[in-house]
Amino acid sequence: MPRITVTVDGVEYEEEVEPRLLLVHLLRDRLGKTGTPIGCDTSNCGACTVLLDGRSAKSCSVLAVQADGSDVVTIEGLAQGTEWHPMQRAFHEEHALQCGYCTPGMIMAAIDLLKDDPDPSEEAVREGLEGNLCRCTGYCNIIRAVRRGAQEMSRQEVRTA
Amino acid sequence: MTEQLDAGLIGEQIAESDQLGRPSPAHEVGRARRRKEDSRLVTGRTMWTDNIQLPGMLYVAFLRSPMAHARITRVDTSAARSQPGVVAVVSGRDLADEQGSLPCAWPVTEDIVIPDHPPMAVDEVRYVGEAVACVVATDRYKAADALDAIEIDYEPLEPVLDMTAALAEGSPKVHEAGNRAFTWKFAGGDIEAAFRDAPVVVERTYVQQRLIPTALEPRAVVATTDGETFTLYSATQIPHVLRVMLALTTGIPEHRLRVVAPDVGGGFGSKLQVTAEEVLALLLARRLNRPVKWTESRSEGNLTVHHGRDQLQRISVAADRDGRLRGVKVDLLADMGAYLMLVTPGIPLLGAFMYNGIYKMDAYDFTCTGVFTTKMPTDAYRGAGRPEATFAIERAMDELAHELDVDPVELRRRNWIAHDEFPYTTIAGLTYDSGNYEAATDRALALFGYDKLRAEQADRRERRDPVQLGIGVSTFTEMCGLAPSRVLGSLSYGAGGWEHATVRMLPTGKVEVVTGTSPHGQGHETAWSQIVADALGVPFEDVSVLHGDTSVSHKGMDTYGSRSLAVGGVAVLAACEKVKDRARQLAAHMLEAAVEDIEFADGSFRVRGTGSGKTIQELALATFAAHDLPDGFEPALDADATFDPDNFSFPHGTHLCAAEVDTETGAVKIRSYVAVDDVGTVVNPLIVEGQVHGGIAQGVAQALFEEAVYDGEGNMLTTTMADYLIPSAADLPDFVTDRTETPATSNPLGVKGVGEAGTIASTPAVVNAVVDALRPYGVHDVRMPCTPERIWRTVAEARAAGTGTGAGTAPGTWTTAGTAAEGGPAPTEGGAG
Repeated sequence: MPRITVTVDGVEYEEEVEPRLLLVHLLRDRLGKTGTPIGCDTSNCGACTVLLDGRSAKSCSVLAVQADGSDVVTIEGLAQGTEWHPMQRAFHEEHALQCGYCTPGMIMAAIDLLKDDPDPSEEAVREGLEGNLCRCTGYCNIIRAVRRGAQEMSRQEVRTA
Repeated sequence: MTEQLDAGLIGEQIAESDQLGRPSPAHEVGRARRRKEDSRLVTGRTMWTDNIQLPGMLYVAFLRSPMAHARITRVDTSAARSQPGVVAVVSGRDLADEQGSLPCAWPVTEDIVIPDHPPMAVDEVRYVGEAVACVVATDRYKAADALDAIEIDYEPLEPVLDMTAALAEGSPKVHEAGNRAFTWKFAGGDIEAAFRDAPVVVERTYVQQRLIPTALEPRAVVATTDGETFTLYSATQIPHVLRVMLALTTGIPEHRLRVVAPDVGGGFGSKLQVTAEEVLALLLARRLNRPVKWTESRSEGNLTVHHGRDQLQRISVAADRDGRLRGVKVDLLADMGAYLMLVTPGIPLLGAFMYNGIYKMDAYDFTCTGVFTTKMPTDAYRGAGRPEATFAIERAMDELAHELDVDPVELRRRNWIAHDEFPYTTIAGLTYDSGNYEAATDRALALFGYDKLRAEQADRRERRDPVQLGIGVSTFTEMCGLAPSRVLGSLSYGAGGWEHATVRMLPTGKVEVVTGTSPHGQGHETAWSQIVADALGVPFEDVSVLHGDTSVSHKGMDTYGSRSLAVGGVAVLAACEKVKDRARQLAAHMLEAAVEDIEFADGSFRVRGTGSGKTIQELALATFAAHDLPDGFEPALDADATFDPDNFSFPHGTHLCAAEVDTETGAVKIRSYVAVDDVGTVVNPLIVEGQVHGGIAQGVAQALFEEAVYDGEGNMLTTTMADYLIPSAADLPDFVTDRTETPATSNPLGVKGVGEAGTIASTPAVVNAVVDALRPYGVHDVRMPCTPERIWRTVAEARAAGTGTGAGTAPGTWTTAGTAAEGGPAPTEGGAG
């Protein structure tokens, strides 16, 4: 079985994996990273979105062997200690989640979206999150949260610059 | 050295520490509190059922029928048994004597046909996706691998796909007893008189397409046993109901069965079920004496999570020339699918009392026939019967307005119950306790800019703009807060509609609330904390809410039917009142005053006219120490309460939709959407607004996007999220929401419930807008979902038929035969099969 090395939320793992093992199953079943859920089997819903080497990826559509040598950040690796990431805070403040199942993927996708467009319009957020489905919120508050998170992140950048 | 445990000493330590809570004068009900639930959900520290891993756990995969209707002639599992990692392979035949029948708890008529429903098929399969065998293996991949090695031979039988054809003589039968499950009738007033000589009668047929609820968390089950007792973890909305039904189905004694609903990722009715997989997980755990887990894939779920809607509605409305309603007649065919599941036959009946909507009329007549087909069974989906009813009456009201050349809002005004007529007993026999349709409608019209949009519509018609503007109105109410137990009994439902709560005062003054509701996104931990904080005068942060585990919350009726706040929240309040009664007695004793002289405010019990008092936290601590209690006073302030409502609650509202319809491409763009809802007293406006947003989105989805499609052989064509289109952020507009607040008079909180309101209201608002845009073309209906193809075909057919007078004529002046779209992917109803 292939042996891979993958860093997840700052911890390096060496694992022997079947070539067909999906990254999301490695995360959930082997590494106990159950914060990343699975919502479909056709890469439509985006619930399993993680950052793979800094860009968003649907971890149900990546084989674990493809992540060999990569850095993976999941929803569980976003907070600095007890300090939430601004996007996590924004989702809480704007009531952008109900059941919360889509939330990890939605937050990871939103963070990636801001890398290309740090101050997105409502339209841009709607288009940018098209690959992440939510069944509870009707998206209104998610859009508000992403724009609020964007403001907060740019303020933080100014502070740390 | 061990210090002897001394309650008094601990009491002193608590009193001196900063742990003892302090009273809080904050008024929490009505505040936009951020949710307590969010912390674990935004950080990924969740407990979804699929997260659970137990030592020695095995994984289950199901082999499912590839045929809609067939006789099973041979089952050979021997090759699968020798696959690597396989522990057991079990077929329906293997379990035939053990698996029982999945329950139906709502036998709506005396003569209803309730067919045997084995969790795994034994002799015959009746829908694609029905389980026939399963593999239990050491990991989920190996379990799936071994499915290929199971051999099943089928002898095909005729599928039964169309409800009308299913009832015709000579139709192939889904079950030996025939395809009619039941016929249920209801009537109020003299319907013959209402229709006889009626100046105007509008008759329409509407298709409520089949929907897939699509909670984002797929179903998952874990079952474990120590040989004596069983624990079932399930992504369910109904741990309490499930426990009772599983005990009855499997024979595992109820007191040896614990059911846990951990974090549950949405339900919308789809997890209000006793599923084959839940029963089988328990049976497999019992048989193998090992923990087992099954997690559904989305494709599996689209086939086998119960579906929603799927009704054929014939509605006739009789009116006078001035628009006054005389009567409404409804004849409904409801597709049950292949079996009757937990509340399958009751779903259309939940709409039976709602086809009269918010309107006064002389007579009403309702008939519903439940029909078996070889499709996945239907059951509760958000709104459950009430969206269907609201759609039919609100669509018909727009048709009547068109027929009479009256503005659709004005027609509604002429017929609705005025605010000073409440309480009002409707022609369907329900007593609406409160409401103010005028206020909600006026507010919605103002927010929407109704007159301006009508002017723009006229302008676009005048210009023959290829992009026409339509305006859709929906003034709805619903019966929710399910439900008064006596009413459920009179409708032959198998259980009551009460809800239970426990409030425990802990020694440090903190509060534990145990609720029988089972939230899966609704925010009960937050809202119940707000209710308790106000009732007991304790800080919001000092309250925790426990739920979803029958060993913690032993009694409950769970969460569905917009019932949790209107029944469960009221039970929480009632338990708080009992706690206060006990605390008052204790305070009187400690303060050496008469009980009647003790006043309670902001968390403190004070002797009237003096400064002396005790906080509720001090009293909780005093019961813990129990050193100085009144004679015969049990050392506890804790209380249980069970609330059974006298009446349903009746949220209402006015939803307005402006849709741009491109007559050349069929594309629909929702330009603006305004919802003014009246859900009574609001505990948390943030949560209420969120529920309305999400509800509207699901209703819009029925109007424009979603349909579970079976082909002519009964194969489902929409098994993936690529084929069954739940809307993304890019597909939906922002919604403008506002509220009027007319408190319910049926409960002390004045609350009505909000979970289903948006879904019930929005579907007709959107379709009315689409049809309104296409009126100049002679179009009077577009079958849902109003996809671009279907709209394009409808317009093309109407043009070819020359039914319209074309854009450029004012509304109401064309008289046409009308055209209803039958194009698009509708193989089973459209006759393509």
